[in-house]
Amino acid sequence: MMYNNEHFEPVITPNVSKPGCETIDFYMQNEEGYKALEKALKMKPAEVVDEVKKSNLRGRGGAGFPTGMKWSFMPPNPVDANGNVKPKYLVCNADEGEPGTFKDRLIFTKTPHRMIEGMIIGGHAIGSNKGFVYVRGEWHKEIRLMQKALDDAYAKGFLGKNILGSGFNFDLVIYKGAGAYICGEETALLNSLEGKRGEPRLKPPFPAQVGAYGMPSCVNNVETFAAVPYIIQKGWEKYAKMGPERSGGTRLICVSGHVNKPGVYELPMNLSINDIIELAGGVKGGKLKAVIPGGASAPMLRADECGVLTDYDSLAKAGTMAGSGGLIVMNDTVSIPEATYTLLKFYEHESCGQCSQCREGSHWLARMFKRILDGGGTQEDLDYIAKICANMAGQTICAFADAVTGPALSSVRKFRSEFEELITKGGLHGIGRTESVSHEMGGAHV
Amino acid sequence: MALSEKIKNTINGIRHQFPTEQALLIPTLLEVQNDYDWVSLEHMKDVGEFLNLPLSKVREVASFYTMFKLAPMGKVDLQICTNISCWLNGADKLVACAKKKLGVAHGETTADGKFTLNQVECLASCGTAPALMINEDYYENVDEAQLLSLIAQAQNDLEAGKVVGKSTRMEGVWP
Ligand SMILES: Cc1cc2nc3c(=O)[nH]c(=O)nc-3n(C[C@H](O)[C@H](O)[C@H](O)COP(=O)(O)O)c2cc1C
Ligand code: SF4
Ligand code: FES
Repeated sequence: MMYNNEHFEPVITPNVSKPGCETIDFYMQNEEGYKALEKALKMKPAEVVDEVKKSNLRGRGGAGFPTGMKWSFMPPNPVDANGNVKPKYLVCNADEGEPGTFKDRLIFTKTPHRMIEGMIIGGHAIGSNKGFVYVRGEWHKEIRLMQKALDDAYAKGFLGKNILGSGFNFDLVIYKGAGAYICGEETALLNSLEGKRGEPRLKPPFPAQVGAYGMPSCVNNVETFAAVPYIIQKGWEKYAKMGPERSGGTRLICVSGHVNKPGVYELPMNLSINDIIELAGGVKGGKLKAVIPGGASAPMLRADECGVLTDYDSLAKAGTMAGSGGLIVMNDTVSIPEATYTLLKFYEHESCGQCSQCREGSHWLARMFKRILDGGGTQEDLDYIAKICANMAGQTICAFADAVTGPALSSVRKFRSEFEELITKGGLHGIGRTESVSHEMGGAHV
Repeated sequence: MALSEKIKNTINGIRHQFPTEQALLIPTLLEVQNDYDWVSLEHMKDVGEFLNLPLSKVREVASFYTMFKLAPMGKVDLQICTNISCWLNGADKLVACAKKKLGVAHGETTADGKFTLNQVECLASCGTAPALMINEDYYENVDEAQLLSLIAQAQNDLEAGKVVGKSTRMEGVWP
């Protein structure tokens, strides 16, 4: 494999194909496991935060927010109105549900201790003695593997009281979700963690002020935590150097859809989308038509736009986003309106319904796309879609509404002729295609 | 009726980990769902009583999350992912095949009460698409032949009185 990057080495996945890699013994023997924790506990919390800042690690959950900066927002000594010290919570977002994304699940099953070690270091850095791992409830096996990993870390004294004789205490608890995509949004997650409906909160206040159970909290993604031990152990410089300016380190890119070798690839961010497709064995079943580069919410790119590099800033410049690292490849047999409808149906079902623009907008978009597929669409519909999207983006409590407009707008803008063909020729039937049976399947619940 | 001792014990065992009683609501409902395969109004009342929460709170949470089934289901919950990557890789064929084999539409349960056919959102198995779940268990890279044999296997296991689709439980590990 040619990465054109002399600084690159895998940070999270060097051994994920080896048998037994998920065990604490393997991690300690072969990957210097928990050595970074030992080192971090000898550093001052502010030094750890500084190291992470300088590494240019950015959040891997979707928004790409600089991790060190997020950690530095945590108040140093929060007290309540009576002067009592408030606890601070560290929360791991393992609700992975963004269509096209499957990297956190790999970390859970193959290298859970890396994430755990990252969280303990994070706890030390922000001055928290308690962390929660919020995991999507469908992950029955993964939750058991993670619980086993936590039990093992406790048994070795990496969790619990007076960790490695440092005087630092840290507990980690798993919290199971119960099936709701929106709980991946960090404030919805916090509500869910409190036993409430997973409805996003208005910000401010931000979680660093009022987070879980009303206490200052910091939420990071699984992969974000999993990168931390390397940064501490090898130093920020080594990590930062692997990526372009402002995008340090590696990313776990999840390649799926029409490629010959789908899977999770740990890569530096100086590769183009075309390079990554080539690494994943090339397009299968036809020629490249479109790519969704950062999970379902990221605007699509046409084949001719896939020379773009995959760091946060280059993708943003290309009008899309690095998002969650889910790279979905579509070949030229795919009807883009139909593929987009598949996503809109999902969003329609998953909107939490608090904001009318999002609740109604996602419903209307799905209905309009369906009408176009069924042969009842009009040219005006295409302009109307743009109008609905303009009413949604940036107008709501959370970024879900923006996420819906990603695929809806980009598909119409970039593949307008396919929509026009469906409108003039009478829908999918009119062009000799039959609609998917899975489209009859509506939401999974009322 | 009251909540089972088993569920109470499980929840009492994790109570110290959470700062509020309400935080225990989702874990308790998950236990109910696990033991009874659905969450009835009676269950919700019991849960409310156990956690000192009004029924309205319990109900609004139970109705929010898809894993809480508010009506009885088949013994085997067959959930096929039809989201983008699975759809691109033939989820459609699986749905058609399951409908034909079971003779039910989406969301329906077979007359013998054994199977419910459902759709599930992206399972984070997009690299091994198409994916489906049988109760707790994941199956990936599934084709029609495998789907049919999974259905047959579940059928046999049910008739033999075995637990279906909960193969990843580990001795001594919660949950
Ligand atoms: C609709 C929506 C869904 C999200 N889903 C996830 C998710 O499944 N996992 C995740 O880590 N972040 C998700 N996020 C991003 C989180 O809100 C948050 O930015 C992230 O967990 C912060 O961690 P990071 O800084 O390490 O990326 C989602 C955001 C939105 C708006
Ligand atoms: S934007 Fe949508 S998902 Fe987000 S809070 Fe509003 S209604 Fe809920
Ligand atoms: S799209 Fe089916 S598992 Fe992700």
